[in-house]
This record gives sequence, C-alpha cells and structure tokens, in this order.
Amino acid sequence: MTIPLDLPEAHSVHAPQHPAAAVDDAELTEKTVFGFWLYLMSDVVLFATLFAVYAVVCRSYAGGPTGRELFDLGFVLAETGVLLLSSVTFGFVTLAAQENRKQAVFLWMAVTFVVGAAFIAMELYEFNHLIEEGAGPSRSAFLSAYFALVGTHGLHVFTGLLWMIAMIVQMARDGLTAAVHRRLGLLGLFWHFLDVIWIVVFTEVYLIGVL
Amino acid sequence: MADRKTEHLPGAGASLHHYACGMLLSVILTVAAFALVMTGALPRNATIFVILVLAAIQIFVHLVDFLHIDGSLEQRWNVYAALFALLVVGILVGGSIWIMFSAHERMKPDMPGMTMPPETF
Repeated sequence: MTIPLDLPEAHSVHAPQHPAAAVDDAELTEKTVFGFWLYLMSDVVLFATLFAVYAVVCRSYAGGPTGRELFDLGFVLAETGVLLLSSVTFGFVTLAAQENRKQAVFLWMAVTFVVGAAFIAMELYEFNHLIEEGAGPSRSAFLSAYFALVGTHGLHVFTGLLWMIAMIVQMARDGLTAAVHRRLGLLGLFWHFLDVIWIVVFTEVYLIGVL
Repeated sequence: MADRKTEHLPGAGASLHHYACGMLLSVILTVAAFALVMTGALPRNATIFVILVLAAIQIFVHLVDFLHIDGSLEQRWNVYAALFALLVVGILVGGSIWIMFSAHERMKPDMPGMTMPPETF
C-alpha cells in the first residue's frame, strides 16, 4: 500500500493550471523552502560540532605527522577552485530554470555533476594518499578529527551528486513542473551551502593547519 | 524573468551578474588567503587574523551572490533561524575551545596548583 504523502505535489502536476492551484503551489514552495532552510541550519550545528572537535585536537599529533607535513596547499587550492566552479555552474542551472530552458538546465546540471564528481575524486585521492602514508584516521586525534570533518563534507557533496541524478531523471520524466522547480531550488541552496562550509574547512583545517 | 513557478524559489532574484560577481570576488579572496600562507609574507598571528577576515568576507559574498540572502521582508524568518544557528555555533565552538584549553592549562604537570591539596579547588 502506498500512502499518498506527496499529495499536494501530485495535484500540481496533474491538475489544470487554474489560479487556485498556482496559489497553493506558491504557498507550498514558501513553506518547503523554509523547512529546508531549517534543515540547513541544523547542518550548520552538525558541522560546528565537528569544527569544535577539530579545533580542540588539531595539535594532538600523538607523535604522528602534522598538518604542515601532510597538506599540499596547491592541491587544496585546486580542490577549492573546482568546488567554486561547480557552485557557479549550478548558478547557471538556476538561471536556466527561471527561463524554463529545459535543455540548458540539463546541460548545466550535467556540467555541475561532472565538476562535483571531480571534487569527490580529488578528495578520495587525497584520503587514499594520506592512508597509504600511514596517516589514516586511527593515527592520531588530529587525523581522526580531520577525516571526520572533511569526510562529512565530502559525504554531503556526494549526496548532492545523487540528488542531481534524481533531478535529471525527474526532469526527463515530468518536465519542468512546479515540483521539479521547487526541488531544483532546494538543491541549489544545498549545493551553495556546501561551498560555504568548504570556505571554513580550507581556512581552519588546511591554511591554519600548515602555519 | 521569474514566472509563477519560480517566484518564491531561493534563486528567484538571481541574475548572471550575481554569479559572475560572486565567482570573481571568491577567486580573489581565496587566492589572497592561500598566497598569504604559501609565501609567509606576514608573521604567523597576523596571517591567521587576515585569513579569518578573508574567510568571513567570502562567506558573506557567497550568502549574498549564491544563496541570495538579501534581507528582504520575505526572508526574515530565514534570517532569524540563521542568527539562532549562529548563536548555537558560537556557544558550541567558543565554549568547547574555552573549556578544553582551560582544562589543558590546568592539567599541565608543572603547574603549581597540582601540588595544592584537592580541597583548595
């Protein structure tokens, strides 16, 4: 048995576009966006916890390697550039969606996906490299906190990539409906939010880490 | 440009100008922060202070140009929620650092307090 939890959205997809439906959509969008914003704020608290832990143990090397020995700032700068680029390409998704240019939405979503996947690939390479050097998460408190913090950010980015695939499938199936527009808007918030978190990561972890 | 479907969405007020401006400012701020650390142009404490300021400016740029927070009346609940989150973050991060570094100082083996009888604490 399926419970029709999605009823208002199903309604907006199939009902003819009369004014009452448009008003419902607008109200639903406002509430959904605010609800998602509250989720993002709770995510801020999650990341703040990880940042606090990192700040407390960031010099607890247990005789192991330090940030100065491990971090390659040139590589981190490249990662930062890739993530920033993906934020801008997602901006083009938002602009194309506003103008209802479906092909452009597909194109920029695909570009954002590839750039986002490149970021994840770079991060996995970096993690793998650290673990091979004997600087895995179990080496010291510093490295445990490092992997927990950067890994949680990476996991969020990876979730964003899965969400992008889901949106591409939904757009192909339904077209640019009100529900699809709404979800694209939320995904945009999520994606840009992750770039904001990364600013704090590269400043606190990498830049201050090598000083 | 916004029609009925998109007028209440987060990017409703977005334009190419926002993204171009955000990208340009972010590149400048990021490169400046990395360059300061990589060249070691300033003393350590001054470098930390400057890169924290650069990060704060870049967060602001992202909020305005990418997340489109513009302080409009429609967004006031979002801003209240963000301010509350900021308060929690301040207590969480500031409190953790304060408590843990204080504990660290107090547990130094050569601290005179260590030789005092426990009841003086």
